[in-house]
Amino acid sequence: MPRDLALALRSPAALAVQHRVPRAAAIALASLAIFAVLLLAAGKDPFRAYRDTLLYVFGNAYGFSELLVRMTPLLLTAVAVALPARLGLINVGGEGQLYMGAWLATAGALGCPDLPAWLLLPLMTAFGFAGGAIWALLPGLLRAAKLVNETISTLLLNYVAPLIVSFFIFGPWRSAESASYPQSPAFVEAARLPSFFGTRIHLGLIYGLACLALYGLVMSRTRWGLEMRAIGGNAEASLRLGIPVAGYVIAVMAIAGGIAGAAGMAEVSAIQGRLVAGLSPGYGFMGFLVAWLAGGSAAGILAMAFLFALFSSVGDILQITQGVPYAVVNLLMAVMLFIVLGQRRPSRSGA
Amino acid sequence: MSTPFAAAVLSSSVLSGTSLLYATLGELVGERAGIVNLGLEGIMLIGAAAGFAATSFAGNPYLGIAAAALAGMAGNLLLGYVVIGRGANQLAAGLALLFFGFGASTLIGRPFMGAIVTGLPRLALSELGAFDLLVWLALPAALLLWCLIFRTRWGLALRAVGEDPAVAFAAGRRPGQLQYQALALGGLLGGIGGAHLSLALAMTWDEGMTAGRGFIAIALVIFAKWNPLWAVAGALVFGAAEALQLQLQARGADVSPFLMTMIPYLLTLTILVFWGWSRRSAAPAALGRNFFGVE
Amino acid sequence: MTGASPLLEARGIVKRFGPLLANDVAAFAVTAGEVVALLGENGAGKSTLCKILYGYYRPDAGEIRVAGRPVAIASPRDARRFGIGMVFQNFSLIPALTVWENAALFLDDLSWAINPAELCRRMRRHADRLRLAVDPRLPVGRLSVGDRQKVEILKQLLAGARVLILDEPTKVLAPQEVDGLFRTLAELRDDGYGLIFISHKLREAMACADRIAVMRQGRIVGTLASGEAGEATLLGLMFGDAPPLPSGSPLAPQSASGEIALELDGIGTAPDIGAVTLRDLSLRLLSGEILGVAGVSGNGQRELAEVILGLRRPSGGAKRLWGEEATQWSAARIRGRGVASIPDDPFALAAVPALTVRENLVLGSGRRYRAGLGFDWPRLVADMDASVARLRFPPLSYEARAAVLSGGNLQRVVLARELAHDPKLIVALYPTRGLDTRGAEALRGLLRRSRAAGAAVLLVSEDLDELFAVSDRLIVLRDGRIAGTFLPATFRAETVGPAMVGTADAA
Repeated sequence: MPRDLALALRSPAALAVQHRVPRAAAIALASLAIFAVLLLAAGKDPFRAYRDTLLYVFGNAYGFSELLVRMTPLLLTAVAVALPARLGLINVGGEGQLYMGAWLATAGALGCPDLPAWLLLPLMTAFGFAGGAIWALLPGLLRAAKLVNETISTLLLNYVAPLIVSFFIFGPWRSAESASYPQSPAFVEAARLPSFFGTRIHLGLIYGLACLALYGLVMSRTRWGLEMRAIGGNAEASLRLGIPVAGYVIAVMAIAGGIAGAAGMAEVSAIQGRLVAGLSPGYGFMGFLVAWLAGGSAAGILAMAFLFALFSSVGDILQITQGVPYAVVNLLMAVMLFIVLGQRRPSRSGA
Repeated sequence: MSTPFAAAVLSSSVLSGTSLLYATLGELVGERAGIVNLGLEGIMLIGAAAGFAATSFAGNPYLGIAAAALAGMAGNLLLGYVVIGRGANQLAAGLALLFFGFGASTLIGRPFMGAIVTGLPRLALSELGAFDLLVWLALPAALLLWCLIFRTRWGLALRAVGEDPAVAFAAGRRPGQLQYQALALGGLLGGIGGAHLSLALAMTWDEGMTAGRGFIAIALVIFAKWNPLWAVAGALVFGAAEALQLQLQARGADVSPFLMTMIPYLLTLTILVFWGWSRRSAAPAALGRNFFGVE
Repeated sequence: MTGASPLLEARGIVKRFGPLLANDVAAFAVTAGEVVALLGENGAGKSTLCKILYGYYRPDAGEIRVAGRPVAIASPRDARRFGIGMVFQNFSLIPALTVWENAALFLDDLSWAINPAELCRRMRRHADRLRLAVDPRLPVGRLSVGDRQKVEILKQLLAGARVLILDEPTKVLAPQEVDGLFRTLAELRDDGYGLIFISHKLREAMACADRIAVMRQGRIVGTLASGEAGEATLLGLMFGDAPPLPSGSPLAPQSASGEIALELDGIGTAPDIGAVTLRDLSLRLLSGEILGVAGVSGNGQRELAEVILGLRRPSGGAKRLWGEEATQWSAARIRGRGVASIPDDPFALAAVPALTVRENLVLGSGRRYRAGLGFDWPRLVADMDASVARLRFPPLSYEARAAVLSGGNLQRVVLARELAHDPKLIVALYPTRGLDTRGAEALRGLLRRSRAAGAAVLLVSEDLDELFAVSDRLIVLRDGRIAGTFLPATFRAETVGPAMVGTADAA
């Protein structure tokens, strides 16, 4: 209804967005400018790269689809950070949770190769969720029991998860096909998330958008969202008011881990088709930064994930057309982050 | 175990542990001032790349160390500026530095990939073996740092800032200035830690060659209870884990390197649980502003 | 000491905070070898004056003289250099650092290389005098509160203070430590130090001071030698000949219905770091009565309230609410049964500053306002409007964030929420702490009205006068046990005080 829409557009949240978008755009442009200077200093041609990227991404349906493919894991890992952040928890373990989700989903794929897709895929999704959830459950329990702060426990577990994955692909799950480059056997067709439109856009994108939408709705419309915000705002008072703080800590960490795990499942099922060692180029950390830049808002996460995906494309173009290693694009992301960090913010939102 | 095996492991541990130790000491100083730097991995990478590039360019590995130290310091000061000067969230800033390190090190190191350099020469300064200068200086560095932190006026003020900046301020110290100084020193040490990898261990530069050592160092700081002397022990232990795995593999033993590499992290987590259980946290009270608090 | 100029002198000090006149002090001085008490009600300006002397605030007008010479004090560091030291209620000590490290931190003449042995030696003399018998290598966090206060004093002495200002030093001490403090102050005085002792407790001022300067509304209204001052005179000076009468007669009409609202039977709690262990605590609270809980802060009052509210599980004993076994009930369940909580610090304990007033009002309401996945906001607003009207508060601004409210306004929001549905049991923990006289009186009135409506009220307070004015019965907590029960006929400081202080137990 138009009247509700008009009111919604004048709500504090909407005004915040309307204020933020031009600002974010300015920051993004400034970052690209500084990055361009750095590239020029290294003897490369940034403007050619930017132009090529824009042409590829916006002038080409496949190029645009690749953008969405890149965005997909970021949507999930960002929610995995934003959700616990509402409670005041800091989850930097998205990497590890993603790997464990991928691992358990692979177990499902390799263990039940004869199931039809409509059974296998939900099974793998559930396993992926479970893998990540378990990996985040331990830090959640430790935090609820006031033993260990979740920031450090999730950080430490981040490095254990890829080692577990490596152990399996060098060992029990080692594929006989490729002796030089260890990886798991390829998944059966039924274990692959379907893609659409002849591109690589896969069902994982739906997972991501659905999670994001759910996150936004739960936080703003439900009593769980309010209680979570209460805990994040003042855990002691919430406890006294009868809110089960420990229960929320455990449940939310597990759910967040599960969401990151689903991202792992999607990567391994849709993109890779097998379990490989270098599954994530830092999606977990990027998710943290996306959520942080977005201030925890669902719309912000969508926008920031898009931006990071765009930057990521720049990196690919640089590698393909000018032989610059992809890793250099981390510099672009860092520049943008430092610009944002360098602004004195009057009120702190999110993490 | 035969003596040559033990000796080989020990020697290998010392070599592996040295870069870890420098990085740990660097992180330790910063955390004593209350600032946690998640981007230590990035600083090490910048140090490794800058050191390698400078050595390749100038032909002198000691110049390379200096370049690495300066580059590391610059990186940490960047972190300092946003965290101290602008009040930014330490975790986000650390991760930004991490990304920065990955990108900048790639950019710096790329032209020199595959170059042959004269690495740090091994000096047999005692009968314990022939190691490069950085190894010989590692233990003295830790001792010096201990004295600096626990037996000087600067160190006392530093610890006060890390525990309760308000009280330090009331005592007439300047928290911001001390934090900058700590980060500068920390970055210097972290950069040297990275340089040891490219100039002494691997004698090459490769993207991401630190392979998570920066994060191990962060865990090591906790393991060492923010004490430089314990950091030596810890670096040796963690270095030994890596060394043992390499030596065992070289002898064809069937121990998964991955499981061994996991041990430092799991060990640190266990120690943290134990501390939480016995309520004995040695962390500087104002570290990361609620980074390590459990309340 | 005659002839010598005062160690520290303040003349014509004026200080305003916005429209508020905090200080207008014509003359105030302390000489060597004397203890001056600065006596006055909360808010009389005592702390402000001393913070000016210690360099925390700059006065708008006036001058300060040290040993007769006018000086400019721009910061605490300057003050220390002139030999002025101040010991606050919150110590500026770092728990993780050792005693000697804490002291060294405040030394201006510390060499760049630190020698712990030499520092400990320097400290020994002062430490012996203060009867501080702890190993200087211990972290301060491990010391008792009394010892920590001594370290705080030692810090200042070591830094060269000749004048020592102590701001309400007995507030954090156990009763037996208070005597020790007074002895220490006497010895310091005999050694030639000048001591300024800020207090709002008459008896203390009379016990330890040589001279008493009474402040009221920012001014010094009288200075008397300790011998000349009688309680009545001092009270007159403090309150301007209109001492606050305990409002409401102590023998308030009993509206107790005889129904036992709360029963604690042999309640004990497990030892916990930072908490007082409750032991074998039994009490009964009837509907329609106010049970006062007296005691020096830190003897189990907070833990008792936590047990009643379900925030702390007892390790032994039983708790019954209206006859029902409730020992293991969660906080939510207890709230749901009509138990309300009024804590001392609403910002920290009863509200979430980041949320709006409306959101804060719905928290802790259990199932009452649930509608589908969200809340029935209109009904909540209607109920809260009614509550506010009943309580005769100004209307609430629902969309304001709690963080921007003043302390008093937030307390009103909390009260509106807690009292909205006629709670049958109210647990009030130091509820008037931080409120001004009028606000405190209004709150006491609310508690009386609730009692008249049949609620059972547990009121924990540090203020004996408040408890005497309002309670139907009084219990005293000491060391986690009930040390005495009193009826209104025996409501006197002389009878209740000893129970609070107790004799030196061999426990």
